[in-house]
Amino acid sequence: MLVKLSSDALKQTRWYEYGVRFLLGGLATVFAGIVGARFGASIGGLFLALPAIFCASATLIESHERRAKEKARLSGRRRGQEAAALDAAGAALGSLGLAAFAGVFHLTVSTSTTGAFAAAIAAWVAVSVAAWWLRRRLRIVSHPHHSRS
Amino acid sequence: MTEYILRFIAGGVIVSIFSILGDMLRPKSFAGLLGAAPSVALATLGIAVVEHGPNYVAAESWTMIYGAIALACYSVVVCHLLMRFHLAALPSTIVALAVWLAVAFGLLAGLGGAA
Repeated sequence: MLVKLSSDALKQTRWYEYGVRFLLGGLATVFAGIVGARFGASIGGLFLALPAIFCASATLIESHERRAKEKARLSGRRRGQEAAALDAAGAALGSLGLAAFAGVFHLTVSTSTTGAFAAAIAAWVAVSVAAWWLRRRLRIVSHPHHSRS
Repeated sequence: MTEYILRFIAGGVIVSIFSILGDMLRPKSFAGLLGAAPSVALATLGIAVVEHGPNYVAAESWTMIYGAIALACYSVVVCHLLMRFHLAALPSTIVALAVWLAVAFGLLAGLGGAA
């Protein structure tokens, strides 16, 4: 399956769900700032990778899948859990990209701030996509009939 | 106070952009990559570099690597709680926070911060 961008999924999202994400994202950023100011850069840095909004996004994915199945009069509980687990598996691979983001930013920020942000974002995208592609290739080789995800 | 309002708005906007992009992407495992997007980091480092300078953000980004490794462990645990123990998403993601804290602070204690 190719990677696709579709606006159809946005119709499933309710207006307050965008508000919840904005609120949690804002609070996580304020929290990271407070931790950094109170305990210093080393402990503050840990919290730049805090899975603060993961709780909300996994719960939303689970409820969207469950609602879609229940509309078709099927039990959506298991399907919802599977969708959230697939999202978590993707986040595990994305974490490698996040580590690359931090490493590249650390190495380049003393040279140029703008350049460091650009290089770090490029590293995040490259490592995350490469990890996802590699996992997919390995799954196709080891399970040729189970390569849906 | 103004600084925290700015942090709140910047964090909320960046997290929302990545979340909407994640909703639109298919397949789901690919969209999941955005669950580990550097949203909080972009907002925080952007403000910190202006406020404290490059040395401070270099130290923050070094320990962010530990946080990212902890996030990978956290995500794997969430995946297993959902698939093997059949827990719902909310309790799985909350219980697994203990793993994130243990790994992140364990790495910091073992390897230390930036020199």
